[in-house]
Amino acid sequence: CSCVSLIGDRSRSEFSTADSDGASKAPVLPRFHNLQELRHSASLANKVFIQRDYTDGTVCKFQTKFPSELESRIERTLFEDTVKTLNNYYAEAEKIGGQSYLEGCLACLTIYLIFLCIETRYEKVLKKISRYIQEQNEKVYAPRGLLITDPIERGMRVIEISVYEDRGSSGSSSGSSTTSSSGR
Amino acid sequence: MITRKVTRKWEKLPGKNTFCCDGRVMMGRQKGVFYLTLFLIVGTCSLFFAFECPYLAVHLSPAIPVFAVLLFVFVMAMLLRTSFSDPGVLPRALPEEANFIEMEIEAANGNVMAGQRPPPRIKNVQINNQIVKLKYCYTCKIFRPPRASHCSICDNCVDRFDHHCPWVGNCVGKRNYRYFYLFTLSLSLLTIYIFAFNIVHVVLREYRNIFEHVVSLTPHCTVLEVLVCFFTLWSVVGLTGFHTYLISLNQTTNEDIKGSWSGKNRVQNPYSHKSIIKNCCEVLCSPTYPSVLDRRGVMLEDLSSPTPSDASAASTHQSSNPVSQTTKSSAPLIPNEHTPDEAKPGIGSGTQKSTSSPKEEKPPSPTSPNAVAPAVIKESSH
Repeated sequence: CSCVSLIGDRSRSEFSTADSDGASKAPVLPRFHNLQELRHSASLANKVFIQRDYTDGTVCKFQTKFPSELESRIERTLFEDTVKTLNNYYAEAEKIGGQSYLEGCLACLTIYLIFLCIETRYEKVLKKISRYIQEQNEKVYAPRGLLITDPIERGMRVIEISVYEDRGSSGSSSGSSTTSSSGR
Repeated sequence: MITRKVTRKWEKLPGKNTFCCDGRVMMGRQKGVFYLTLFLIVGTCSLFFAFECPYLAVHLSPAIPVFAVLLFVFVMAMLLRTSFSDPGVLPRALPEEANFIEMEIEAANGNVMAGQRPPPRIKNVQINNQIVKLKYCYTCKIFRPPRASHCSICDNCVDRFDHHCPWVGNCVGKRNYRYFYLFTLSLSLLTIYIFAFNIVHVVLREYRNIFEHVVSLTPHCTVLEVLVCFFTLWSVVGLTGFHTYLISLNQTTNEDIKGSWSGKNRVQNPYSHKSIIKNCCEVLCSPTYPSVLDRRGVMLEDLSSPTPSDASAASTHQSSNPVSQTTKSSAPLIPNEHTPDEAKPGIGSGTQKSTSSPKEEKPPSPTSPNAVAPAVIKESSH
């Protein structure tokens, strides 16, 4: 099942893990300027999984602990900003307040047929999240050889960060080691 | 142009669910009892509309059948919504994530001596100052989130798992619990309503002594309806009361059966807001969660074979895929998590009163699944 890549209806920034046709460039430093270059000249070295933070209950929230595998790849503050912004988005989506009551009552009165016409608030926020992740990938992560997968594609369990290595440079130590010390 | 059948993700989902309408409808494995439920509800209501309502509309008020129709429509809508929607299934871990978790577990357990059983895979998390144990699911290869549980009938981990209800033919979990509750509540009202007006009808007939041309048939129907309503009343009203109690405490049936928060060992329910109103609001008025399964997404095969590319898929990332064939009509605009259950009543035309007895991971009564559902799930190993 590793050769099947799943692309959904929604426009998500999902990368195929299979390499494309291999015109292998060999830049001197493993810096990728955009997603196009990342695809053409990099190979997947490792994946880091940011787990959920359950201290506030079952709301969707991810741990902001900086994983050690990314230490050499990205600044801690950038990573924490991304995760905190995502957590804020999810908190906004799951907020129980006036709007969610209104939505619930209206939906109940129309026996939930109204969802055929309008989007739920959660879905609107998910779209915002998808756009945000794509923007972050383009601006922050791809230039550093990383790629974030939208958590919804992993069942909202983890934020998957794929670490890419330049295809030309083999045996670089930062990507090939798979330490398992991150996580909680 | 090569036209090829588009493979959607639901066809490759592991687990023992049945899917209909090209992935729009998702149910559990055995649907026989669900058909019985439908038969009882629709049958009893049909008898009521055919035999009692004309009399009551004329002699009492036309509002009676109107209200009965509204209630009936609501009951059916909630039943279909509960039965056909994704209860909150958690997808299984992909290989990389499973390996990552395995390595974490091995690192946490340290060295296990040869011959010793490895310690159980449990993660402790602190939720609202309570220690909650998260268990590892060997089937799905994940640590289950709090309140999730694995349903052995559907072979899925379900978020906020309540129970697997054979009467609705599906699990009851985070996404469809409120529909299930509204179903039992409205069914209780409908049962009481029909029961009450059956009694009124019989009493009126006694007093007025009017003989109509269907008089020989009507008493039998009334008796039948009264019997069905009587037995349903006790079970459904009881069930509604039980779930009202659970909602006020923000507990699931699963937790109640296991006695997770029964107070021994000083463990309190960490999810409860300690206020009945807040608990009810959270369970019934929280935002509608989306399905994470994406059943109707298009699956792209290996690059070597010509792949169907859906128009709405993010095909910009797949530069090497030859876009050489047309697909069938692209995914509809209706998002997949909102199954248009009202549009598909074609399962059966029976009525059944449902007397849902909460069962948790127990095998249901052996009823053979009806062959109406054409979709078959190929269980893919991971």
